[in-house]
Amino acid sequence: MDKRIASLAEAVADIPDGATVMIGGFGGSGAPIELIHALIDRFLATGSPKNLTVINNNAGNGHVGIAALIEQGMVAKMICSFPRSADPRVFTELYLAGKIELELVPQGTLAERIRAGGAGIPAFYTPTSYGTDLAKGKPVAEFEGRAYVQERWLKADFALIKAELGDHYGNLTYRMAARNFNPLMASAAARTIVQVSRAVEPGGIDPEQVITPGIFVQGIVEVPNPQQEEVLNRANAYYPEVSA
Amino acid sequence: MTTKLSNAQIAWRAAQDIADGAYVNLGIGFPEMVAKFQPPGRQAVFHTENGVLGFGEAPAPGTEDWDLINAGKKAITLKPGAAFFHHADSFAMVRGGHLDVAILGAYEVAENGDLANWSTGPKGVPAVGGAMDLVHGARRVAVITDHVTKDGKPKLLERCTLPLTGVGCVTRIYTSLAVIDIDNGRFVLREKLPSLSFDELQAVTGAKLHLDGPVADLIVPEI
Repeated sequence: MDKRIASLAEAVADIPDGATVMIGGFGGSGAPIELIHALIDRFLATGSPKNLTVINNNAGNGHVGIAALIEQGMVAKMICSFPRSADPRVFTELYLAGKIELELVPQGTLAERIRAGGAGIPAFYTPTSYGTDLAKGKPVAEFEGRAYVQERWLKADFALIKAELGDHYGNLTYRMAARNFNPLMASAAARTIVQVSRAVEPGGIDPEQVITPGIFVQGIVEVPNPQQEEVLNRANAYYPEVSA
Repeated sequence: MTTKLSNAQIAWRAAQDIADGAYVNLGIGFPEMVAKFQPPGRQAVFHTENGVLGFGEAPAPGTEDWDLINAGKKAITLKPGAAFFHHADSFAMVRGGHLDVAILGAYEVAENGDLANWSTGPKGVPAVGGAMDLVHGARRVAVITDHVTKDGKPKLLERCTLPLTGVGCVTRIYTSLAVIDIDNGRFVLREKLPSLSFDELQAVTGAKLHLDGPVADLIVPEI
């Protein structure tokens, strides 16, 4: 019962071509930058994984993290609510060239579809998007005199997420607003791989403080002092680094 | 004589209607200004979609913590009594009717309460964020907007022409010229700039303005 993984490379080694991958974070907050970059390293060395479907709130910013994943041509489809950012050029250019698919989902619906996926609820009704273009083709039903749109669960083969503390069982805590989609994605993927800023022994997290219980987690890898997307972007960083 | 209110003045007017202790979500951009103009003695609790209740002003440059941001991806600070939660809980607050007020921007608002504020048409990359969720659930959904577009065309219409964010969801509109309620599929004028006649206001409004009781003067301080 020790879910620790020794290296980032090992942590992402099993993700195959064509996989659906949930990636935690909202913008850079809670984004597992090092796991994403490890996936890029593997692709550059082996040509895999590619044709990924990536689920995240956004579609990358600048040239690091998810933007770098997209820039390498590893992503066939994005499922997200807001594919815009301070520097959305990587996604925008591929999308306008018809080289990447987009499934646009309202943010609350995206969260609830992931939650439903993790909770074994195949579909639910929400007022969100009723009467709009994003409800086209979806079943509608009336409850207590109001119209609701049916939405389906969202599940993934893998989730790559970021947490603050993690013990050997995969119990997790998060740091401030970096929680966002991470606990939901942990529950909705067949395999959830977590980069934790600090790995602790079992008992190192007060059970009262556990946000994601270890049952939702398959692997943890320690990444002390993780990089922040916003800081990298302010330094005009690229991944992999480009020589000046 | 004031011919139209600035964005800050529109935000000030909207802030006067927020009660002490109200739970409030402010849309990204212009609506964020509303937080600056809370009347003395009143304190609202601000919600942001990415999982914070009770956030405060932006931190000083250089002191940002990028794990602590708002839905616009800007750095924020916390007030005493703040809380963190995940995205599903955040939108449970939104859809579940727990917010008192949501204040949003608009491209167009129709007299039936329809709102268009997420897409200007099929060009470019579509992006919706939390707008379609926010228009459902808050007890009051208010819009703050210029009364007309940059080209001088009405933004308050009989029916929206742009893709809808939500159907029949807006309850009050604060514009650069007036305060207007949506009541039973009609625009009901509540306040207007004193320098403006009813007919002048009607001329820049794309649907009929109705009267239901007295129309107050819209008086806002210089900001």
